[in-house]
Amino acid sequence: MTAVAVAAPRRSTLTRSAGLGLGVAMLWFSLLVLIPLLAIIVTASQGGWPAFWAAITNEQTAAAIRLTVMHAFLVTAVNVVMGTVIAWVLVRDRFWGRSVLEVLIDIPFALPTIVAGLVLLALYGSDGPFGISVANRSSAVFLAFLFVTLPFVVRAVQPVLEEIEVEVEEAAVSLGASRFTVLRRIILPSLAPAIIAGATLSFARAMGEYGSLVLLSGNLPFQTEVTSVRMLGSIENDNLPGAAAIAAVLLVIALAVIVTLDVVQRKVSGRGRG
Amino acid sequence: MSIEVKGINKRFGDFVALDNVDVSIPTGRLTALLGPSGGGKSTLLRIIAGLETTDSGSIAIGGVEATRLPAQKRNVGFVFQHYAAFKHMSVAKNVAFGLEIRKRPKDEIRARVDEMLDLVHLRQFAHRLPSQLSGGQRQRMALARALAIEPNVLLLDEPFGALDAKVRKELRDWLRRLHDEVHVTTVFVTHDQEEALEVADEIVVINEGRVEQIGSPDELYDTPANDFVMSFLGPTTRLDGQLVRPHDVEVTTAHSPGSIPGTVRRALRVGFEVRVTVLTDGGESVVATMTRATARGLDLGEGSRVWLRSDCLAPDVPEPLAG
Amino acid sequence: MVAYLFLLVAWPVSLVAINTFADGPGVLLGVLADPDIIVALRLTVVVALVAVLVNTVFGVGVSLLLVRYEFPGKRVLSALIDLPLSVSPVVVGLALVLVYGGRSGWFGPALEGAGVQVIFATPGIILATAFVALPLVIREVVPVLEEIGTEQEQAARSLGAGAVQTFRRITLPAIKWGVVYGVVLSLARSLGEFGAVKVVSGNISGSTRTATLVVEEQYLNFNQPGAYAVAFLLAMVSVACIVVVAAIRPRGNR
Repeated sequence: MTAVAVAAPRRSTLTRSAGLGLGVAMLWFSLLVLIPLLAIIVTASQGGWPAFWAAITNEQTAAAIRLTVMHAFLVTAVNVVMGTVIAWVLVRDRFWGRSVLEVLIDIPFALPTIVAGLVLLALYGSDGPFGISVANRSSAVFLAFLFVTLPFVVRAVQPVLEEIEVEVEEAAVSLGASRFTVLRRIILPSLAPAIIAGATLSFARAMGEYGSLVLLSGNLPFQTEVTSVRMLGSIENDNLPGAAAIAAVLLVIALAVIVTLDVVQRKVSGRGRG
Repeated sequence: MSIEVKGINKRFGDFVALDNVDVSIPTGRLTALLGPSGGGKSTLLRIIAGLETTDSGSIAIGGVEATRLPAQKRNVGFVFQHYAAFKHMSVAKNVAFGLEIRKRPKDEIRARVDEMLDLVHLRQFAHRLPSQLSGGQRQRMALARALAIEPNVLLLDEPFGALDAKVRKELRDWLRRLHDEVHVTTVFVTHDQEEALEVADEIVVINEGRVEQIGSPDELYDTPANDFVMSFLGPTTRLDGQLVRPHDVEVTTAHSPGSIPGTVRRALRVGFEVRVTVLTDGGESVVATMTRATARGLDLGEGSRVWLRSDCLAPDVPEPLAG
Repeated sequence: MVAYLFLLVAWPVSLVAINTFADGPGVLLGVLADPDIIVALRLTVVVALVAVLVNTVFGVGVSLLLVRYEFPGKRVLSALIDLPLSVSPVVVGLALVLVYGGRSGWFGPALEGAGVQVIFATPGIILATAFVALPLVIREVVPVLEEIGTEQEQAARSLGAGAVQTFRRITLPAIKWGVVYGVVLSLARSLGEFGAVKVVSGNISGSTRTATLVVEEQYLNFNQPGAYAVAFLLAMVSVACIVVVAAIRPRGNR
């Protein structure tokens, strides 16, 4: 963060070769990302507002969006608490097996989503050792979201927590603050931007999740069908405008997410290291 | 309030940080804990503050036993080398923190914060974040924060160590003046002998976990208890096997009783003084310092024959070059 | 907390290995003897390698541009780069179909006229995979570039090194571990992409069906052991990727 500020005056405007590089990069980025995403907005708006509105308020679609938003919120709330606790333990406690936990945290990020669905099914499906089954229930949605979003808050909070100097806490203690007060008034406010960033990413990931639910949730309309599954159904039925309408909603959420992240990050770099 | 430290021992694993330390710090004085890095002085300060526990021994602050008292309850002001600013709070909020913890009325807090910010000349920065202040300003903020709670004692751990030379010197003078105004019992840790000699009423020299000597700057400089204290407090050279200060070496061009003959190897002018390196006939390399006028009077140059004598029989003569 | 991680991650993931070898190594060997699955595995590896290569070149280049240069729209670009991380893979697939689809896409018919089929073919799968893994290299390299600053590069320039020499001999070695880290993460992500690939690939067995699609197909066809065996292979690779990353990441870099 400080590095940027220090480096800023030395940054140069584009040289000719850098300009060419930027041009090539932007062309590729446009062809791969920007134009396709634009196509979604264009396709969604082709029928005008009424068609768009009709598409996303279609009973089954609206139910899918409701279900997804609700579970995304629930899971994000759990992540805010558990993710912060896990980050805390990983940073502050030295114990045997810590590196194993570090690897465990990253597994949901690297594991193919379809495999994630399969492994959850193995333990929590009808054939699982607990004899409980989340398969084909809305709790499957919750469980799958919980799995795939596990790393976000942990990995956002961890580096910030490592940066908090012990001295700052000691200063608070010497001024009379109890452990709880130090946590509430010094540590949590310092972590808040990171927690918000992690929660935002986690929410976005849950909103768009698809692969882990395919096998797990049964994709029952009105019960366990999430937005992405509903969208894929529309695509397979050749209803591209309908799918694009849902996709446009998800895209707006994704844009809101990156704007949030940008704002949070700028706020933090303003705070500096002092 | 006074601080009584008795028989403190502290180990970190195999490392002995403090070895049976006794120190008595009187009320209202400005005391320096001086010594080389890793000598245990910061550990002692942190133990007084309650940020570190002792293995054995006791601490009393203002006559009240504090050995087992947690840091929160000791009412000490602590200032850290790297400021330990609360980055998400404004300067005013930083200063108010300790008072808010103590649940003082809002009006009182506001008045006290203003008073403190005036004291450290940061009134106009009250609503800035610490990251918008310079290092010297941040450290003044930290000082205001520590003083706001009206601490029994003020403890500073290498408070100027992270600042550049010019700011360090300014803050040092300023701390001295501040102490003369506020009169709170103050202990600061430093490895800079000049800082200690210039600012402190009393210096505790700590090395390898032990107290080497306690005394006023003059006492320590003029009558050091041992070679370590002598060499730590200022430049030294060896003449006839004795540790002496270079400015106490008398250089003459004529033989006098008890003086040692030698040849000038190097005469170097550094600002207002001249530093002469002499190789004695006995093979000892001795450094002597003198004013330019003296050097010119003696007409010293490379190869000059000189006689050296130690001047330290008269230690109480004030020396213009002290420090 | 340990129990939470155990129940959520460790136990379920270990069950893949257990279920795969429940009846001995026969199932896994059987899967590896299926020619269609071999084609799928090979396709997955090729697609992942191409996507990682493209993303590495693009990622290092964009990182340099973002950190070392000023240009209008930089802040917007740097924010948009992260978009693929928060977009649903199905949206990605749909977006590509809308542009490159052979029947009604914006560019698709023209491309097909020129003999290039994108959607329901390997290029589409590569595009989808490159899309979802796009920011991973950049997110690792940008902080490293910011950290090292420009002093070493300026020193090299003052010693007479050209732009290319400076990059190859000073910048690249300095950001090496950031790049490696980004590449490993991209590889894991690329091998495992499912949703976006499902939309654009057409899922034709023995042709455009990738490994993750095989897992789904085997499971839905009630061939659970087969599904577990392929999932086991994929899980092995992704766990190996994380372990590699954990091992090469210098301590305190997190």
